[in-house]
Amino acid sequence: MDVRLQISMVFHLDKCIGCHTCSIACKNVWTDRKGAEYMWWNNVETKPGTGYPTKWEDQSKYKGGWEKKGDGKPELKMGNRASRLINIFHNPSLPKMDDYYEPFTYKYEDLFDSPEGADQPTARPISMVTGKFMDIEAGPNWDDDLGGSPVYAKNDPNFSGLSPEEQQELFDVERLVFFYLPRICNHCLNPACVAACPSGAIYKRGEDGIVLINQEVCRGWRMCVSACPYKKTYYNWSTGKSEKCILCFPRLETGQAPACFHSCVGRIRYLGGILYDADRLVDALKVDDSELVEAHRNIILDPRDPEVRAKAKENGIDERTLEACERSPVYRYVKEWKMALPLHSEFRTLPMLFYVPPLLPVMAKTEGVVYDTANDELFSPIEKARLPIKYLASLFSAGNTDQVSYALKKQYAVRLFKRLETVGDVSEDVVNKALAECQMDAAEAEAVYRLTSLPTMDERVVIPPMHREEAMAMLDDDMWEQKGSAGFGFREAPIRGA
Amino acid sequence: MMDNLFFIVLPYVAVTLFVVVSIYRYVTDKFSYSSLSSQLLESDELFYGVVPWHIGIIGALAGHLIGFLFPKEVLWFNGVPLRLYILETTGLVFGLLALVGIVALMWRRITTPRIRSVTSVIDTIVLVLLFAQVVLGVYTALFYRWGSSWFAASAVPYLRSLFLLQPDVEMIKPMPHIIKTHIINAFLIVAIFPFSRLVHMVSLPVEYLWRPYQVVIWNWNRKKIRGQYPTPRPSEKSDANGPASILR
Repeated sequence: MDVRLQISMVFHLDKCIGCHTCSIACKNVWTDRKGAEYMWWNNVETKPGTGYPTKWEDQSKYKGGWEKKGDGKPELKMGNRASRLINIFHNPSLPKMDDYYEPFTYKYEDLFDSPEGADQPTARPISMVTGKFMDIEAGPNWDDDLGGSPVYAKNDPNFSGLSPEEQQELFDVERLVFFYLPRICNHCLNPACVAACPSGAIYKRGEDGIVLINQEVCRGWRMCVSACPYKKTYYNWSTGKSEKCILCFPRLETGQAPACFHSCVGRIRYLGGILYDADRLVDALKVDDSELVEAHRNIILDPRDPEVRAKAKENGIDERTLEACERSPVYRYVKEWKMALPLHSEFRTLPMLFYVPPLLPVMAKTEGVVYDTANDELFSPIEKARLPIKYLASLFSAGNTDQVSYALKKQYAVRLFKRLETVGDVSEDVVNKALAECQMDAAEAEAVYRLTSLPTMDERVVIPPMHREEAMAMLDDDMWEQKGSAGFGFREAPIRGA
Repeated sequence: MMDNLFFIVLPYVAVTLFVVVSIYRYVTDKFSYSSLSSQLLESDELFYGVVPWHIGIIGALAGHLIGFLFPKEVLWFNGVPLRLYILETTGLVFGLLALVGIVALMWRRITTPRIRSVTSVIDTIVLVLLFAQVVLGVYTALFYRWGSSWFAASAVPYLRSLFLLQPDVEMIKPMPHIIKTHIINAFLIVAIFPFSRLVHMVSLPVEYLWRPYQVVIWNWNRKKIRGQYPTPRPSEKSDANGPASILR
């Protein structure tokens, strides 16, 4: 058993209101720079939809992630090592800027400087790449809220598993439905970006599992961009370096929540430590797609287990870190409650950002055109949910509908349970039946309710102590000089090389 | 006098710049070492430029290197006319590939607004020098069909004399102007190398072929701090000897 710590995350999609405050917080802190304008380390996309970059989930186009080979071992979908060096001059599966969008601003000065005339002056859009006038063809969140649209939603790669009738139902004006999918780097346990980097610039931090790109080692071979199946590494066209979400590690190291977590209006974001067994990673990846979620969950260890604790300490994990792991909301949602699922586990990177699939909208589909709001039941059962289970399963459990159903049933049961308690207009039998269906007792239902609806900041974000002071003490420099500093420090300006 | 300037002073200045500035830049500004790829901005035309260019120029440079290392063998090989033709034609093919590639790249750089916006002065100088070098090389291959023997018999002794710090330009003096220009231009490229994006050549990532896929870096020495440390597994790049990896 090789116990390691991973800073891990849960996004509760039932609470996401799609306000993009997270994206803005991230943009303002990290990517408001030349060459990074088009990057959204955090983005929120509408599902069904094509996402950002367009159709990022379509790996027949982008060749991201891993493939299970004959012997069960994963190999990058891009091909073997040699193919990376052969394609180093021209990477055939690299997204183009137009797959994201060309960043633009407006020529605002025209509003003030235009000569007086009969026409109202306008601020025309200018490209932030060329500085020339341009016609805007796409932008950040270009397909925002366009669920049901024939251009965007219809091209969602997750529809491939749905029958034409099921698909069509999602496009009737009266029935169309959508939800939001906020995405950041998943800080995977088996990151494809790391494996694809010819320079060895990308690495996983041993202490906390954060995946980072060393900007001094990166040579701009851009293999990581196509290797990441989530398209969460970006190529900075100005500096010639790749960049990605750093999970705000300078903030984490000083005990602060990452910017996107801190600013989340819907309070959907949970962060905490997860202990996992690094020895079992390889085996977890040998299973078939439908069992991946379960295998992924199985490598997560119980921080209360004395054996795990002993092995963790052997590996240098501090007692206080273990305490933080015990309080980790991520552990509860993912392992204890089995309510949070990894996004597209069939990409086989073992992503460590988990999603509680959305139960909303609660209103069910009906045979007619108009929804029956005077339903006898308080909430429609999940089998009649407007979002087909199959669609959610394509996103969150590699097609295994059981996993998604279970997560939804649990949410459903908790709602009924609280309804009985607070309003009392549901029968106890119904509640007990719903609880029994997902093997949940009243105490667990109450705990799920509390962590879902009433958590404080300290309960949502439980940051294990990073012990940077110990790492600092090991530097040969005078450690007092380093006192109070955290994160990175560029020893030279990040200026484009000649 | 001019010969001494071009074939003795220039080479030493160029090589000195190459070595000193490359190292200085690597030590003080690693961040600036990048291929500066523009594929994100324009991908389709790039393919028809960058692939033939790199195949052509790598082949041509390899040919020069072989000639430099094994001049006697090259002369022997060229002793039979058929073999001379084979060698010359191979060189010409690489040269033409490089020519097609660089013309495509220049065309792309001139006509694509997005690419123009990431083109610096030094990029332009490099492109012009490389273009000139390829044209001169292809011209030599076309009109001096014994160029490979010439290189082995005359240019190599001159280059070796530079290496041995006993510069001797006698062999160069009678060369046609085209060849002389090719040599001068080559040293200009060497001189400008450390100031340009050409530095990406020295970071060719061959280590990737045998490196483990996953890279894990520990910022602290767990053994030193907490006493216990499991045997580092060969599958990771952990640094058990200290925090030097932070500064990697």
